[in-house]
Amino acid sequence: MATAPTADAAPAWTPDQPIVSVRDVHKSFGGFEVLKGVSMDVKKGEAICIIGPSGSGKSTLIRCINALVEVTKGSILVEGQEVNDPKLDQLALRRKVGMVFQQYNLFPHKTALQNVMMAPINVLKQDKREVEERARKLIAKVRLTGKENSYPGELSGGQQQRVAIARSLCMRPDVMLFDEVTAALDPETVKEVLVTIRELAEEGMTCILVTHEMKFARDVADHIYFTDKGVIVEHAPPAEFFDNAKDERTKTFLGQIL
Amino acid sequence: MEGAVADFGRSLYESTGINLTILYDEFDQKRFISGLGMTIYLSSLSLIFSLIIGIVGAWAQGSPSRVLRYSINGFITVFRNTPPLVQIFFFYFGLGAILPRVEDADGMMGPLFTNVQWAIFSLSLFAGAFNIEIFRSGIEAVPNSTKEAATALGYTRLGTYRHIVLPLAIRVCLPALNNNLVNLLKTTSLAYAIAVPEITYVSKQIWTDSQNVPTMMTLLLITYVSLVGVLVFVMNRWERSLAIPGYGQGGGK
Repeated sequence: MATAPTADAAPAWTPDQPIVSVRDVHKSFGGFEVLKGVSMDVKKGEAICIIGPSGSGKSTLIRCINALVEVTKGSILVEGQEVNDPKLDQLALRRKVGMVFQQYNLFPHKTALQNVMMAPINVLKQDKREVEERARKLIAKVRLTGKENSYPGELSGGQQQRVAIARSLCMRPDVMLFDEVTAALDPETVKEVLVTIRELAEEGMTCILVTHEMKFARDVADHIYFTDKGVIVEHAPPAEFFDNAKDERTKTFLGQIL
Repeated sequence: MEGAVADFGRSLYESTGINLTILYDEFDQKRFISGLGMTIYLSSLSLIFSLIIGIVGAWAQGSPSRVLRYSINGFITVFRNTPPLVQIFFFYFGLGAILPRVEDADGMMGPLFTNVQWAIFSLSLFAGAFNIEIFRSGIEAVPNSTKEAATALGYTRLGTYRHIVLPLAIRVCLPALNNNLVNLLKTTSLAYAIAVPEITYVSKQIWTDSQNVPTMMTLLLITYVSLVGVLVFVMNRWERSLAIPGYGQGGGK
């Protein structure tokens, strides 16, 4: 039975609208307010970097986007779908939004190839052969051909992180979230992961990254958001942000790390 | 009885006084083998049921429903804090007595469940209560970040448990599970108390009839050592087959 459109139903999302739209989001853990009214818009195909000091709410913010963390107040729309809705179809959201973590979080009892194949087969019930073909291509794409049958424990941190990226991509998401994905890596392997992410961004994947890699942010991002103490202090395109920061807090932060 | 084995049994008795009637007396041999079969039967079924109870119970323990969590914890408390012999008595004599009696194939009124069924039921619950706690220890060893990754890939709570948490938890808790299953196998001897003809029960019958108490006692010990030996061998093989290269015990591979 077709349901009549209700007054509060959002109009259908079209690709010219922001793919992710965050409006006045608040989040408290216990009595501590981590996010104090954050808003941002991400357009399809954009790469966004969120930077800021530890504890400023960066990771919490991107965890809210795929509903790993429930927001206390505010609205997050992903392709027009309200994430902060108790009736949210979480599977529908999570096949649109992929996520890569700081600690890779691969499944240690599965090989690299199985890690990439698991979710599409178990969750999306896709055909195994078709998924395997896609997974092998993704493993080649992240330059791990030959490592298909290695277990995560046999791979280096950078290799594991690239498997994790391939694992997310195999769900064919529209948006990728990267939560400090190079923070646990040694300096030499950081590069191999960043190259992979840069390629993705250049191919037009919408990427939202929390990162401390300023040079990378400057090269890859279309837009930089600077957060501090739960608010977005300022945001601008990278050239403007790095060379011409307006807010004192931004200047202090950049002064400390650049 | 005829044959080389029977002859050996008789000559062993004549020369040493060790009276292994099961080697040359057909009646004793038959009941000993059926007793051995019954012990294996009791052990296997209770082992399988106790594993199912453990896996389902440990999952339910993490449920958002408080009623479910409390029920599971109540079940564990009752079955962990009472002796298995008392549990077997409770089910067979207590619960068994108040259940309705049913007509059997010969038109006789009999109990709803046989003593063998009650023994399996009781032993499964006893070992299952411990298995829940054992699986819980394994589940708690799986990092939250791993579960979070599964959630982010669209897995439901049940899907995460089935595909990620349980396979990892089993690897962590196998040594403890091993112990409990060994214990379960030995505890099947308590079914003796409700006249289940398992190996201890039939051995006692044999030594009563044949007056060979020390011999049968020794044989009974050796039988249990062998049965547990087989179980431990199988469990160790399983443990090795589950080892993951670069993870835990498989790290050295």
